[in-house]
Amino acid sequence: MTPERVKLSFREAFRLGLRDALLRDERVFLMGEDVGRYGGSYAVSHGLLAEFGPERIRDTPLSESAFVGAGIGAALGGLRPIVEIMTVNFSLLALDQILNSAATLSHMSGGQLHVPLVIRMATGAGRQLAAQHSHSLEGWYAHIPGLRVVAPATLEDARGMLASALADPDPVLIFEHARLYPIEGELAGDAGAVPLGGAALRRTGRDVSLIAYGGTLDRALEAAALLAAEGIEAEVLDLRSLRPLDEVAILATVARTHRVVIADEGWRSGSLSAEVAARIAEHALGELDGPIRRVCSAEVPIPYPKHLEDAALPQSARIAAAARELVGRRG
Amino acid sequence: MPSLGADMDRGKILEWRKRPGDEIARGEIVVLVDTDKAEIEVESFVAGVLESILVAVGETVPVGTPIARIRTAERAARAGPPARTELPAGPEPATRAAEPAKPPPPLAPTAPRPRPSPGRPHATPLARRVAEELGVDLGGVSGTGPDGAITREDVQAAAAKGRATPSGPVAPAGAPPARDRAATMRSAIAAAMERSNREIPHYFLETRISLGPALAWLATLNAARPIAERVLPAALFVKAVAVAARAVPELNGFWRDGAFVPADTVHVGLIVSLRQGGLLAPALRDTAEKTVPQLMSELRDVVARARAGKLRSSEVSGATISLTNLGDQGAERVFGVIMPPQVGLVGFGRVREEPLASGGLLGVGPVVDATLTGDHRASDGHVGGRFLAALARALAAPEHL
Repeated sequence: MTPERVKLSFREAFRLGLRDALLRDERVFLMGEDVGRYGGSYAVSHGLLAEFGPERIRDTPLSESAFVGAGIGAALGGLRPIVEIMTVNFSLLALDQILNSAATLSHMSGGQLHVPLVIRMATGAGRQLAAQHSHSLEGWYAHIPGLRVVAPATLEDARGMLASALADPDPVLIFEHARLYPIEGELAGDAGAVPLGGAALRRTGRDVSLIAYGGTLDRALEAAALLAAEGIEAEVLDLRSLRPLDEVAILATVARTHRVVIADEGWRSGSLSAEVAARIAEHALGELDGPIRRVCSAEVPIPYPKHLEDAALPQSARIAAAARELVGRRG
Repeated sequence: MPSLGADMDRGKILEWRKRPGDEIARGEIVVLVDTDKAEIEVESFVAGVLESILVAVGETVPVGTPIARIRTAERAARAGPPARTELPAGPEPATRAAEPAKPPPPLAPTAPRPRPSPGRPHATPLARRVAEELGVDLGGVSGTGPDGAITREDVQAAAAKGRATPSGPVAPAGAPPARDRAATMRSAIAAAMERSNREIPHYFLETRISLGPALAWLATLNAARPIAERVLPAALFVKAVAVAARAVPELNGFWRDGAFVPADTVHVGLIVSLRQGGLLAPALRDTAEKTVPQLMSELRDVVARARAGKLRSSEVSGATISLTNLGDQGAERVFGVIMPPQVGLVGFGRVREEPLASGGLLGVGPVVDATLTGDHRASDGHVGGRFLAALARALAAPEHL
């Protein structure tokens, strides 16, 4: 029997994941700024306080360092905390806890201490929230050994990554792109946990590979549709996991199309796209039939006015233009 | 369009290595030109900035046609209206004051990109790999990729074209198929040799030279060298010809407009036979100033590049006297036909052992028969005899070479 497909938003998919986790394991609890009574800054946890009570849906003071540290302590103490940070910009206040404690304890204790902590945070621009709420810093976290970093870009992953993250004995960071929350789509009614690792081909093609993740996946898919109308078949690879990177899948798509555009909402310099490009250059140089192209955010603090914010971000038209140039056609 | 040899009357642009706005150093390779005989990398005679390209890739124009404009460095540095040098109407830079110049074209508004290494075709890594697999020479492929890079498709198209029958479609750019090249080269040689035989009253001289001391000297030299760097008698012959040409300058130079014009230095032109048939005659520049081992390594390099069809403009023109060495192909002596406008051609036959009378005794030793073909308009047999004597003296005392 084919399971019924339900229509829902990314926000609802994330909420379903949270609800499942809270129902399945009593050790799981959610804490963060405004996750309880306010229902979450992006309304992801709306209704959970009423269902699960203040012991498991905990509003915290405005101190990222304190509540992430508390999450680490709870994880060491045997609980399965889910910590929500309102936006990646604010996570910098907890960077010491994340980098110096969560990511290192397993290593420094010779594997005696694991930190089964999950941190969810919103990332990215596109909602006119200005430079202090709009940046994409997940590439920085992908730099840190001891962390697993994932970026759900489909409803299946929004729904199913949390369960696998909680099952991981070490810290996992889930980056939820803020622009995706209200976007609706269809999801199988029985959708459940998905593996954390491994990139996924979201579209196949033979002319050029568009490598994207999180908030650039739908842009890359739009670009692929534009290109298809011109007879250019683009393959779209969704990285899904930013650390570790699925090098096998990256090199495989390069070997199929020989041309690569990487779409990354981070700033180009020192970005995740730089890492992906370097891996390709290290291991698949002989497969390249043209330079690696990157479409990233403009190297400015993300602007507030809509037209400037749009201009600063890696839009589908820019991704398509880069692909066209590689394939040798001008748009 | 430069004259890249006396037998060249037109050339086809294969590839521009520089773009308008690029700086050009003296001696840098600017353009790849297809003559009927080979693909030649043309070097700039002047330093400056490439102002404009006048002849597009794929077009064939007569020698002397301006193909590009170069704004020379010194003129550009001055305040006055810049002068332009047209590249290159002949062996000398043709400079003329021009009408007030238009402002130079704006440079591409992109970040500065490293220029491709000179002599290395701009190709993608995949294109390089595929070219190697298919045996395609990237020098003859024009690129359609980003920044004009040669892509895999360009290489595959070039490979397909190389296999195509002569009646098949031929794209305007790129190297002609090998069979066509052999035919055009044959007719170029035919034209040059016909002209030579028609215009030049040849005289021929011959002498037998004992190579005992020369070969012994080479054996000593080679004993200390790795196999790949061993010096062959050919290098010794090249040097000896240069030394003899310096001693007898009447044979080193050109017949121009009814008079002999001596050259002020010796560039020995080496006649190289190609495996697919035909000849090329690259010059070893300043031959007399170089040591024998130096000449050996230049000889290896230039022969390899001549056979790959990859000579530079300074090599294909400018020989002041030529040398043909059929030695390893069995003939005992060769009487050559002079390459106009030169006035002398030296031939070496096969090195072999012969009975040799010396000091009243008969022995057996290595010898070579050296010949001289002279242009009787420029010199007489007496001069030719002095030349062969100087050649024999040079080979008798190899330690002075």
